[in-house]
Amino acid sequence: MGTEFIIIILVVIYLRRALKAKLFIPEWHDRLQWLLYASIGLLVAQAIVDNFRIALHWVGMIMLGWLLYQMNKNEKFKEAKFLVTAITPYLVVAFVIEVIRLIDVNLYNEWKSWTDAIQTFAVIWGVGTWIVTRRQRKELIKAKQKAIEEEENNKVISAMKAQLEVQVAERTAELRKQKEELEVTLDELRAAQTQLIQSEKMASLGELTAGIAHEIQNPLNFVNNFSEVNKELLTEMKHEIDVGNLIEAKNIAKDIEDNEEKITYHGKRADAIVKSMLQHSRSSSGKKEPTDINALADEYLRLAYHGLRAKDKSFNAKFETDFDDRIGQINIVHQDIGRVLLNLINNAFYSVSEKQKQDIPGYEPTITVATKKMGDSRVELSVADNGNGVPKKVLDKIFQPFFTTKPTGLGTGLGLSLSYDIITRGHNGELKVETKEGEGAEFIIILPTQ
Amino acid sequence: MKILVVDDERDIEVLFEQRFRREIKTGEIDFAFAYSGEQALQYLTQHVHEAVLILSDINMPGMSGLELLRHIKQKFSHPPPVVMMITAYGDAENYNQAMRLGADDFLTKPLDFTVLKEKLKEKVQ
Repeated sequence: MGTEFIIIILVVIYLRRALKAKLFIPEWHDRLQWLLYASIGLLVAQAIVDNFRIALHWVGMIMLGWLLYQMNKNEKFKEAKFLVTAITPYLVVAFVIEVIRLIDVNLYNEWKSWTDAIQTFAVIWGVGTWIVTRRQRKELIKAKQKAIEEEENNKVISAMKAQLEVQVAERTAELRKQKEELEVTLDELRAAQTQLIQSEKMASLGELTAGIAHEIQNPLNFVNNFSEVNKELLTEMKHEIDVGNLIEAKNIAKDIEDNEEKITYHGKRADAIVKSMLQHSRSSSGKKEPTDINALADEYLRLAYHGLRAKDKSFNAKFETDFDDRIGQINIVHQDIGRVLLNLINNAFYSVSEKQKQDIPGYEPTITVATKKMGDSRVELSVADNGNGVPKKVLDKIFQPFFTTKPTGLGTGLGLSLSYDIITRGHNGELKVETKEGEGAEFIIILPTQ
Repeated sequence: MKILVVDDERDIEVLFEQRFRREIKTGEIDFAFAYSGEQALQYLTQHVHEAVLILSDINMPGMSGLELLRHIKQKFSHPPPVVMMITAYGDAENYNQAMRLGADDFLTKPLDFTVLKEKLKEKVQ
């Protein structure tokens, strides 16, 4: 029957341990101490002495009631309040039972089995409350700890975030600097590219110069020679008139007229060559004008041929033309298409001259420039050679800028890429190549006429 | 005297005919014209020993004047015709090569017809 004392002992031990009573509630330390000793003493007394059992039971209940009352009242025991909830029903039940016994022992004995059951329920309630609360507390502590951890994590994260932001700012500044540097480099590259394109143009003009000289020299020679002849003929004509041979004089006059025509023709020829040379060196106006593509092709074929001949005296090649007279004039940027043709023709001559160096018996270097009007308002221009052709492994690179198979210093590697640009972007046309290694290559330009 | 003129410029024919109109009229000189090395060789094969003098341009499409010269010196040696080379480029390399191949003379364009006439007369004699 020492249940109340055992409960008191356990509660006190719990309070001292769980609440660290010594640290937080100094004035309660002693009281709890006394309560503990008293309870142990009374428990022992109850076990030894049989006479005062009921009285001791009352003492125990009063002590426990007082303890629970203090715990309920005092804010400092807030955390142990669940014990009040757990124990109070038991205490109340025990108290009621004792009151019944005091009033009527018979009734007490009669109801004994009922009161025992209620008492058992109160104990189960107490133990259950204890377990549930403990579990809740543990979870609460866990949650608290978690919250603390989270807070700490958050602190770490925000510290890292701040650090990251600093790093990002640094990186951004670095990137911006790099971007600015790259922009400067890009500008420089653009300038270099423009210069390269210009020098490519000039290089091709240089290749042309000898050819142009030859092409101008010939008509000029005719102009000079025919005007000398005319001078002679005029003297002769005067002589014939003097002697009265008017028929012969008329014949001579006819010759002079014919020669004048020749002089005009060759003068215009030289003029056209100079004009086209100037046009070639000038930066392109980008304006499309009606142009006789056959005449253009013929002109550049001759220029390229003579240019190459002037550089390499031993070189010789047959050049053939196959022009379609039905084409008439088509709208193109004259200088640009001229550059493309010059480039393709120069390449063709280069290719056959390389093959000629291999001393293949019976090899006759031949270049064919052809034009053809196609059905669907398009014109095809082709430059074919029977040189060594384009090797398969470089075929998809030949239109890339700076790609060249020529030895260093002989090619800029810009010719075909510029040509490709001029045809596809400048004229909405196509530039393609058909080639068989060792047998030759044919570059085909397809231009829309509208 | 038959002279074969080889040049890819067609107007050279009219020019020669007018420049040498007097010589042609008197029958002193007779001209034949070829517009390429290949044509010239064909002419020479068809008219053996007819032309005693050949005037050839060097820069022509197809067979060049120098190649023509080599062919002539190889194939038509009895008696060898007189071959005079004409070029727009009076450079040393062309000149040396022509001489090595056996050219009898070397002239540069524009032709000085007075000099040419004198040389022709000289060669014939």
